[in-house]
Amino acid sequence: MSTDSYASSRETTEGRVFTVTGGDWMDVLSSGGEDPIHDERIVVNLGPQHPSTHGVLRLILELEGETVIEARAVIGYLHTGIEKNIEFRNWVQGSTFVTRMDYLAPIFNETAYALAVEKLLGITDQITPRANTIRVLMMELNRISSHLVWLGTTGLELGAISMMLYGFREREYILDIFEMTSGLRMNMAYVRPGGLAQDIPAEAVAKIREFLNYFPKKLKEYEDLLSGQLIWHERTKGVAVLDVTGCLSLGVTGPVLRSAGLGWDLRKQMPYCGYEDYEFEVPTATSGDVWGRYAVRLAEMRESLKIVEQALDRLEPGPVMIEDRKIAWPAQLAIGVDGMGNSLEHVAKIMGQSMESLIHHFKLVTEGFRVPPGQVYVAIESPRGELGVHAVSDGGTRPYRVHYRDPSFVNLQALPAMAEGAILADVIAGGASLDPVMGGVDR
Amino acid sequence: MSESGNIPVSATPVGAQTGAAAEFPPESPAQRGLFGAQGTGDTSGFGGLVRRRPTVADAQRPFGGYFDEVYDALSEAYPEFDDAIEHVVVDRGELTLHVKPERIAEVCRTMRDDDALRFELCSSVSGVDYLASDPRRLHVVYQLTSMTYRRQVRLEAAVTAEDPRLPSVTSIYPTADWQEREAYDMFGVVFEGHPALTRILMPDDWEGYPQRKDYPLGGVPVEYKGAEIPPPDQRRSYQ
Repeated sequence: MSTDSYASSRETTEGRVFTVTGGDWMDVLSSGGEDPIHDERIVVNLGPQHPSTHGVLRLILELEGETVIEARAVIGYLHTGIEKNIEFRNWVQGSTFVTRMDYLAPIFNETAYALAVEKLLGITDQITPRANTIRVLMMELNRISSHLVWLGTTGLELGAISMMLYGFREREYILDIFEMTSGLRMNMAYVRPGGLAQDIPAEAVAKIREFLNYFPKKLKEYEDLLSGQLIWHERTKGVAVLDVTGCLSLGVTGPVLRSAGLGWDLRKQMPYCGYEDYEFEVPTATSGDVWGRYAVRLAEMRESLKIVEQALDRLEPGPVMIEDRKIAWPAQLAIGVDGMGNSLEHVAKIMGQSMESLIHHFKLVTEGFRVPPGQVYVAIESPRGELGVHAVSDGGTRPYRVHYRDPSFVNLQALPAMAEGAILADVIAGGASLDPVMGGVDR
Repeated sequence: MSESGNIPVSATPVGAQTGAAAEFPPESPAQRGLFGAQGTGDTSGFGGLVRRRPTVADAQRPFGGYFDEVYDALSEAYPEFDDAIEHVVVDRGELTLHVKPERIAEVCRTMRDDDALRFELCSSVSGVDYLASDPRRLHVVYQLTSMTYRRQVRLEAAVTAEDPRLPSVTSIYPTADWQEREAYDMFGVVFEGHPALTRILMPDDWEGYPQRKDYPLGGVPVEYKGAEIPPPDQRRSYQ
């Protein structure tokens, strides 16, 4: 005879008969030994399916009343094996995979990968100035769009629901710019080893200038909406504090570290892609709480606007792929009758004019270029922190191992440190302020 | 022996439970042939191609840049330095110290605490499986960043698959917690002294270590325009 509270069974002449009842919660618990009325401690599963957990993040919280005693994060629900998949693709195809890890900052993933491959190839100083300028331009636009998503989702989770719509509306502007430039709104695979997939059209430059005029007013509106508001202050000031020691030992970088007071920004400390030539500040705060992170991210959006303007002024005509034809892929692209593909001039050249171009095209399409053996670590400053790529080559046409040190993955370890001892609402605020993107966490 | 593909598999790979049989990737870099195809009608002549395996050459002093300072500071601060460092590689502007696995925690502690070194941030802990080119196939690579001096250094420790144990550095760099869990989950490297070494990306009861080279990528063949295209790890392609 089973003593299952939900489905007690008994043996009858016809066999086993189960009596399934709606459970009386009291009976279920008492059979397990807990006393729900008098026991203060409960275990809550903030499951992977939840509107406030920034993607498929599972939090198992042990609560005593409203206070969190223990918080454990379970990840892996979005693991798609991108790193292993890359090992069976070309070096150039890696760009299309890698762009889908941290899906809110695809240009950063691609740029880090391209920088790592270029370092392995030894061609970092052969990247054309125009390619570097456009990379910086796209990265900063992506930083703004990523911070807008952060602002929107954090506002939503803390109750400022309209902030969500405003954030996503402004982001649409930037996604339109991305679509004009690369053809896709997200996960563009635009930055390739050697340069860029294609050049930026003049309409996109005009649209970016429009955006530069339009956005500061909007940013001021959203700041006025939130910054002066008492509810926002109560929800964010003094909440989820993590000081510099905590941040550094947990490896937390990015706006969270800067909100704790340390102005560590890889664009300034270990510059890449020509960042040393741009004038911008690195905003910091000292409070180390959600409010500090909010202030830092708002200020970062303004700094990114400055960098975008400087990059636009710096754009000089020129090629966007390196000279070395044995590595430069994709070839000149154009929109044709059936979509994007090799431009007719390029086809005419390889079929009629230049044997070398034909050979290069053939070898690059079928085999891809070979990267000399060795390993490299390249880190860039993504909107969430230090995005590092550890790339290992064995001398072949395929990456031997590409590991991403994703900032969301490392930052999310800090969630228990912020959450334990706080109330449940602060877990949400703290988790939101870390800005985890589960695509980067799980890869 | 696998029935599919034309690369013979000499031993049943660990972890290959379902789907296509795992096939060893071509032994790179000293691989035979350009396509990895053997015994087929490959008349291209590339079947006899043998690529020489590059050896890890120890770098010679002076290393250049700040590498000499780091090397000297570490040898002063860590008494068993000569015993612990296996070799030093300076390549593409980066310094890699190959460290004996048992010593890795002590070396990390010295790197973090010594005043001339001050590597406060452990940027990344990643695993690499050098299946065919190194008898100690599982390498764990630690990337350390010094914010004080703006330097980066790499430490690498190698263990065999039969005894993949290594001291954990979480007591020195708590950031290595989840990263070591990932290296355990994906490669099977066991970090002794880790507070909670469990699977992180795969389901908790998964068997096998997915990012090892002898673990299959997985996937099913796809029919496209009448032809059957095998999954990516079984396609014939350039190595």
